[in-house]
Amino acid sequence: MLVHSRTGKWATWAVFLLLFVPLFAVPLLVVLAASFATNWSGAFPSGPTLDHYDAATAGDSLQALTTSLVTAVTASLAALTIGTWAALAAASLGRRGKRFLDALFMLPVAVPSVVVGLAVLVAFSQPPVLLNGTRWIVILAHTVLVTAFAYTSVSAAAVRLDPMYAQAAASLGARPSYVLLRVRLPLLLPSLTAAAGLCFALSMGELSATMMLYPPDWTPLPVQIFAATDRGSLFTGAAVAVVLMAATLLVLFAVSRIRTRASYR
Amino acid sequence: MTGGAEAVRGGIRFDGVSVAYGGNVVLDRLDLTVEPGEVMALLGPSGSGKTTALRAVAGFVRPAAGRVFIGDRDVTALPPHKRGIGMVVQQYALFPHLRVQDNVAFGLKAQKADKAGIPGRVAEALELVGMGDYARRYPRELSGGQQQRVAIARALAIRPGVLLLDEPLSALDAQLRSGMLTELARLHRELPDVSILYVTHDQVEALTLADRIAVMDKARLQDCGTPQELYRRPRTEFTASFVGNANLLPVTVAEPAGTVDFAGHALAVPTGSVAGGATATLCVRPHLVGLGDGPNALTGTISEVQWRGSTHRLYVDVDGHRVKADVRELRDTPVLGDRVTLHFAAHDAVLLPQGAGASHG
Repeated sequence: MLVHSRTGKWATWAVFLLLFVPLFAVPLLVVLAASFATNWSGAFPSGPTLDHYDAATAGDSLQALTTSLVTAVTASLAALTIGTWAALAAASLGRRGKRFLDALFMLPVAVPSVVVGLAVLVAFSQPPVLLNGTRWIVILAHTVLVTAFAYTSVSAAAVRLDPMYAQAAASLGARPSYVLLRVRLPLLLPSLTAAAGLCFALSMGELSATMMLYPPDWTPLPVQIFAATDRGSLFTGAAVAVVLMAATLLVLFAVSRIRTRASYR
Repeated sequence: MTGGAEAVRGGIRFDGVSVAYGGNVVLDRLDLTVEPGEVMALLGPSGSGKTTALRAVAGFVRPAAGRVFIGDRDVTALPPHKRGIGMVVQQYALFPHLRVQDNVAFGLKAQKADKAGIPGRVAEALELVGMGDYARRYPRELSGGQQQRVAIARALAIRPGVLLLDEPLSALDAQLRSGMLTELARLHRELPDVSILYVTHDQVEALTLADRIAVMDKARLQDCGTPQELYRRPRTEFTASFVGNANLLPVTVAEPAGTVDFAGHALAVPTGSVAGGATATLCVRPHLVGLGDGPNALTGTISEVQWRGSTHRLYVDVDGHRVKADVRELRDTPVLGDRVTLHFAAHDAVLLPQGAGASHG
């Protein structure tokens, strides 16, 4: 602890809460409150109701939830595979090769996601690879956007991984592929699950690139929320947003459970 | 043994092995043979090239020149997993995500050993190091000494022809280390076929365990012989000072040879092949130096006294040279500044020619 005196500790807590509550907690609570309201003209919402949730968990919204989950899971798994592969390759490359890969994978993060969306749209709107109008263009864009995070997370862990484990395994007669499957990947598991959670959460919330690409039969939740608020149904949008938050948090919680079991020492 | 890596009986041979990182030579033309079933210690200070030599056998460094043989097989170009070695390192390197039994079974599974035989061989290896009761633990639940035992069991489970030990006891505290030393000596008696290459900077470990010791310094082999040879008849100053304690006195050989001149004192020691008139170094072990008058007497003043329980270590200033003597605990402790006379027998002294070792290896 950096602060030792009792008053110092209290003061630090007070400043923290003052910054944290209005900036992070209250907006989320407002969305939660709005999702149960029929009216919000005064200081507080009025007319508590569950109607919005009926709408948010049925029909189009339910369809959108499934769409979002399928997109996020597929994109995260693809991103995790590509990112891990690249991170392991980078770890065995020289310094210059690694720097090049680092820069390459940072590109989609550095470039605004609208630009990434546009790039994907232009590139895959005509043959030979025609993806426009299918769900695959959305999943592809999400994969491109989140792979950077998978790469960064796994790469950091792969560099830290002590080579003595792989060498011990090799000295016991294990082929490189066996070493990868039985030693290196299991030891990287904590960072792999962290990366998976991060990719999933980012994909669940992605809007800007998705807006440019989604076909009518593949509407993810953020688009649904945007559409609802755009036509003025703020409270319905809030209910859908709560569903989105809940679904994301639930998956992240499950992933973190796996992570706890996978961390050693 | 099934699978790609076949255990080969029959020692290790370095044939002019050099290793360089960038332009930096870390191992310079090493020629050394470890006989089948022999324990060879590579002894030297850090940076002497001893670990590099071991890693060249394991296949983790590629020699710039020379060949490495395990048995009759040239393994220089083989990847580590095809060399049929067992290796134990200072930090144990147990796989943290596997239980003790799975750590020990790792090599057998990796080499696709007969499945039905694996549990038996794991149990056997764990029994050998006295860790049979810990099979279901995770490495993090074991102490350092226990982890090192498991690491040894893991290396032995694949029944390697050669066992490479890289400072295996350095991470343990002094008491555990002496216990493990006894244990390793017992293991070797139970596995007489296994050649062991033992890298250490600790002379006690080397003297206790090794059949022969290869002394390394500055990327080169300085000396090689049995512990007794190196201790009683060191061939270089470096060996004399690194293996055991030594008084290294600058002397000039008299003409005709037969005595040497040390700071004006004529000392009768075997001069061997060193020519008369040459400068040389006289090596005398401190515990072979006696207090009182006798042959080869040297008189000087005491500059320091250390009590070491059963012995007293005296530092005596003889005409500007410091001579160490380990004598049995004295009833009347000498005082700083006392004049004392020391002596040593002629056959306890070894004359080292000047520059010995620089051209060796």
